[in-house]
Amino acid sequence: MTATDRTPARGHLKVFLGYAAGVGKTFQMLSEAHQLKRQGVDVAIGYFEPHSRPDTIALGEGLEVIPRRTIEYRGSRFEEMDSEAILRRHPQVAVVDELPHTNVPGSPRPKRWEDVHVLLDAGIDVVTTMNVQHLESLNDQIWQSTGVRVRETIPDWVLKQADEVVMVDLTPRALLNRLARGVVYPPERARAALENFFKESTLVALRELAMRQAAYAVESRLPDEEDAAQPPRAEGDVHPQERLLLLIGPDPASAAVIRRGRRMADHLRAECLAVYVSRAPGLADLTDAERTNLERHFNFARGLLIETRVLEGTDVADAVVEFARLHGVTQIFVTRDKKRVVRAWFGQGLVQQIVNRARDMQVTIVADRSTRRTDG
Amino acid sequence: MPGVEGDRFGRRDADALLREIEAAERPRHRGQLKIFLGYASGVGKSFRLFDEGRRRHERGEDVVVAAMQPEVTPEIARTTCDLEVIPSRNVGGVPVVDVPALLARRPQVCLIDGLAYANPPGSRHVNRYEDVKELLDAGISVITSINLEYIAEQQAFVRSVTGTVPAHTVPEDFITCADEVVVVDAPPDAATPAPARQLSTLRQRALLLTADVVDRQLEDYLRLHGIDSSWGTQERILVCMTPRANAAKMLESGRRNADRFHGELFAIYVVQENLTEEDRMANERNATLARAQHAQIEVLEGRDPVATILDYARRHHITQIFVGHNLRRNWRARLRGTPLERLIRDAEGIDIRVFPQ
Repeated sequence: MTATDRTPARGHLKVFLGYAAGVGKTFQMLSEAHQLKRQGVDVAIGYFEPHSRPDTIALGEGLEVIPRRTIEYRGSRFEEMDSEAILRRHPQVAVVDELPHTNVPGSPRPKRWEDVHVLLDAGIDVVTTMNVQHLESLNDQIWQSTGVRVRETIPDWVLKQADEVVMVDLTPRALLNRLARGVVYPPERARAALENFFKESTLVALRELAMRQAAYAVESRLPDEEDAAQPPRAEGDVHPQERLLLLIGPDPASAAVIRRGRRMADHLRAECLAVYVSRAPGLADLTDAERTNLERHFNFARGLLIETRVLEGTDVADAVVEFARLHGVTQIFVTRDKKRVVRAWFGQGLVQQIVNRARDMQVTIVADRSTRRTDG
Repeated sequence: MPGVEGDRFGRRDADALLREIEAAERPRHRGQLKIFLGYASGVGKSFRLFDEGRRRHERGEDVVVAAMQPEVTPEIARTTCDLEVIPSRNVGGVPVVDVPALLARRPQVCLIDGLAYANPPGSRHVNRYEDVKELLDAGISVITSINLEYIAEQQAFVRSVTGTVPAHTVPEDFITCADEVVVVDAPPDAATPAPARQLSTLRQRALLLTADVVDRQLEDYLRLHGIDSSWGTQERILVCMTPRANAAKMLESGRRNADRFHGELFAIYVVQENLTEEDRMANERNATLARAQHAQIEVLEGRDPVATILDYARRHHITQIFVGHNLRRNWRARLRGTPLERLIRDAEGIDIRVFPQ
């Protein structure tokens, strides 16, 4: 960086990670804001959701609040964080609640995490909150264990880029007590909540996921050894680089392959690439609707920082295996074959064909987590 | 397959049932044990503990303080100012929880900051955690706190990270069997002298230990309700060994994957008839390899290997099955699909990873 380069250093992102509303994320975030203020740091609230919880509202007092932006949408008025106002005010630290929030249409950016990135780019530190179930790669697993399909998700890399992730823990029993006492939601919403995320079994599962995610966050941020002369810590670390190839298509099951592949790649510290094999040039083998779906899956993958590629070939298995071999792929991820594929006496499904040909790599058939058998 | 609505009602009933069973199983008079687990001093365990005591007191519970750290912050002093204190007795410089006084006073909840203390010789119990046990047995609930380095089974790990561990310990069972364990994950205050890498390593360990406690609670719940599929909260990898499969590679990869996810590794072998001497030797070798990778090993019997594998996988909430690829296709395979195809078709909710042979 030269002396004339006036780009500010990127802001520091800290995330308080929880597993449900009411575990105390906002409370902890505001406590931290007060602590920073006491230390003389210039801190301002960019957005916080008081949820009319008395403890939380009280904690907001004494902190500067940057006014929100009002946006009209379909005859109603919505209040969103005003990133531009925060940029003008330019505090050292901005406090921003609920990172996975989706802004109302008409906002400058669709997602709050995108707003937060604008603040970070301008050199403002951000302290924020989120629940583990909003993480994109966990979406199918959350559905599998809770029966709830979370709509507001954030790409895993957003959390991965955070400088610090802190778990906010409260036991499910304590949380249910708070809910029963009306601390978390007003009575009507509390009843609805009990039907969804607030079943004890669900809370236990989400809490475990949050802890494991926080542990992973700590692990992947371990500072380098002070003593550089130390040998590699684990045998696994000297293993050759893994490379994952995700075979996707217009089928909705592709989303699960992308999520699972992303999660595997992150944990194995592997590279990850997604391909579609087209049997005709210019995706002529697809209907318009299929092309739209494929494009959606490609965009979804790219949003999770997975490179995408269209291959051409009349034999899908041949094309994908050859490409994989050429690119040093160690593992191919595929969906299950469709159930009612009519097959000739000696015919084989695509999965079996790929397995037969990929004699030098592993093939992972990603589970269909869209059907749940959890309640037997 | 029940629809979502049916699903929900089923689960809600199950939750109610769980609470009923729990309530019935718990001896009526036994107190509840809640533990705040930290990874270093200065992360705020004491504050969380006393703050919970204060809030319970304000809600009308009968709360007393039975042990505090020798030095308290002004914040903690404010938090505890409305609480009754039954002071610990000082025996030769060591604070000892006054169990007789507490038994006589019989509060609902008793706050004991610091679980890992050795009592001086001649005390009622050798260790403070045994004092706590007596209070619980007497029907008094206890909220207490501990750092990772004081857990006996964690000391080897902590020593490998920091080079030193304290002398007094509490058995891990005592922690993991508590009614509630809360991990206090805040960054330590600036006064904590340990290097950042050490702190992060301990922090990760505390989170994973608590996650394992939570996982056991979830497992109990699933077992209690006969739910036999994975919820995927923890990765569990199952390696299927056969005499001809390259078990070494699958086990090695299974171990690495399990470690990366801090999950568990299982290895099974389904007994087949007409084994050659060579096959038997291969099985022996595979079992040795599996033990070396610290897999949980089991030999299963069943006429249908695919069904046997899946049954085992469901009962153990497996998330990934590793199998070797076998090209053999007999007449049965033509009719019903290869074993691999059947495995994939029937493995709902479980990933299948096929290894080349």
